[in-house]
Amino acid sequence: MRNIFLFIRRYRTFLSFLLLQGVALWFLFNYNRFHKAKGLGIANEFSGWVNSKYNNVEDFFTLRDENRRVHQMNDSLMNLLPQNFVSADTSVKLVKDSLPYDTLGNYRRYYFRPAGVVYNTVNSQKNYLQLNRGANHGIKDNMAVLSSDGSAVGVVVNVSPNFSQVMSLLHVQQKVNASLKKSGDFGTIEWDGKDPRLLTLKGIPKSIDIKKGDTVLTSKYSYNFPPGYMVGTIDDVVTDKSTNFYVLKIKPSARFYNLQQVFVVENIQYNEQVNLNQDTRKKIEDPKNYKK
Amino acid sequence: MSELLRNIFRFAAFMLIQVFILNKIPHLHRFITPYIYFLFLLWLPFSVSRQWLLIIGFLTGLTLDYFTMTPGLHAAACLLIAYVRPFLIIILTPKDSSEFNYREPSPRAMLWTPYLIYVFVLTFLHHGYMVFLQWLSFGSFLDFIIKVIATTGISMLLIVTVELLFPRKLKFRTNTA
Repeated sequence: MRNIFLFIRRYRTFLSFLLLQGVALWFLFNYNRFHKAKGLGIANEFSGWVNSKYNNVEDFFTLRDENRRVHQMNDSLMNLLPQNFVSADTSVKLVKDSLPYDTLGNYRRYYFRPAGVVYNTVNSQKNYLQLNRGANHGIKDNMAVLSSDGSAVGVVVNVSPNFSQVMSLLHVQQKVNASLKKSGDFGTIEWDGKDPRLLTLKGIPKSIDIKKGDTVLTSKYSYNFPPGYMVGTIDDVVTDKSTNFYVLKIKPSARFYNLQQVFVVENIQYNEQVNLNQDTRKKIEDPKNYKK
Repeated sequence: MSELLRNIFRFAAFMLIQVFILNKIPHLHRFITPYIYFLFLLWLPFSVSRQWLLIIGFLTGLTLDYFTMTPGLHAAACLLIAYVRPFLIIILTPKDSSEFNYREPSPRAMLWTPYLIYVFVLTFLHHGYMVFLQWLSFGSFLDFIIKVIATTGISMLLIVTVELLFPRKLKFRTNTA
């Protein structure tokens, strides 16, 4: 027994090195799997506070671009206003209100919340954004994030009371469902971790005619992204003879370098969709059901 | 300024520079992210005990990790260099002189060549280990090699620039004073 204590005393530096190294690696590998870090709640509040102080200054330098984007967005919304449309029949009156559903039975499915970006990187292989809205403002995991001109930016992965972390499209583990505007075929947007100016779209069959410059939109099949928002344009077609699918290089339309204001989009039916999907799988793949 | 206060200031300054300048500058190349925050660990005084070095190293890395959302990555790398540092200092400095006459490692205390070797080895270890951990989860081997070399190169450049631009005034301490 005495020898064990002597041993520990003699090698205590090395042992504490091993111990701390173990803690660090445990953090690292746990986090990659679940996107939940130990003690992230408190650390997120702190780093969020520092980031928002810094952001107060930084915002001034991107105001011009931001203004232009907001103006374009406003412009496209102005075109949608009901008073732009004249009804031929004078007895019909267009009424729009903010109730969750209108008289035609259309339910509200997506809810937009504005948020500011307080921290953002592009030069890592796993890039995250930090937003100045959190659980207190109704932000939850898995909400989609669109930039101020309505192009796809990422998905919320972690929330603290006042801040939230967003996994950017520039993250090697990110997968977003997207479709071609022209034909509606859908595939998956990924990032290979190399060039932040290009994303990859996989899963479009080669039978479809594709040209450079074609538009890629968020898909109807995505659970978190509202359909029809811009992801980017096709920049290059990589020919891979081993598969029947294209590998397309996409130029993202969101400017990841100077994001400043974003929309956090909630799919109100997200839980229902995901639960239904899981239940179906359980029902079909349950061994009890096989035997029948 | 007391030793403790000076190091707290340095810590804050290095963290802010790393998080808000070096991590955010427009992409140089996909292999290169400039790193300099670990210079804080290289500049710690000789008198810090090995146990404390480990703890300080771990916390330094973890602080940066919470900003970059990679918990454990920089902490592991910093811990490694904090562990290796005392051995290197023993090898690279003459036994009796510098460790007692100067406060902390610097070109003046150790002379330029040993100091550069000291910085180079620790920089290489830091980047090598960190990129290795990233590579475990993702990436190809060639990327790994090039990335370590490129990142080490750019960090060395930064560190030498810092040493030339901001020479630290270290007093030569003697017993008589």
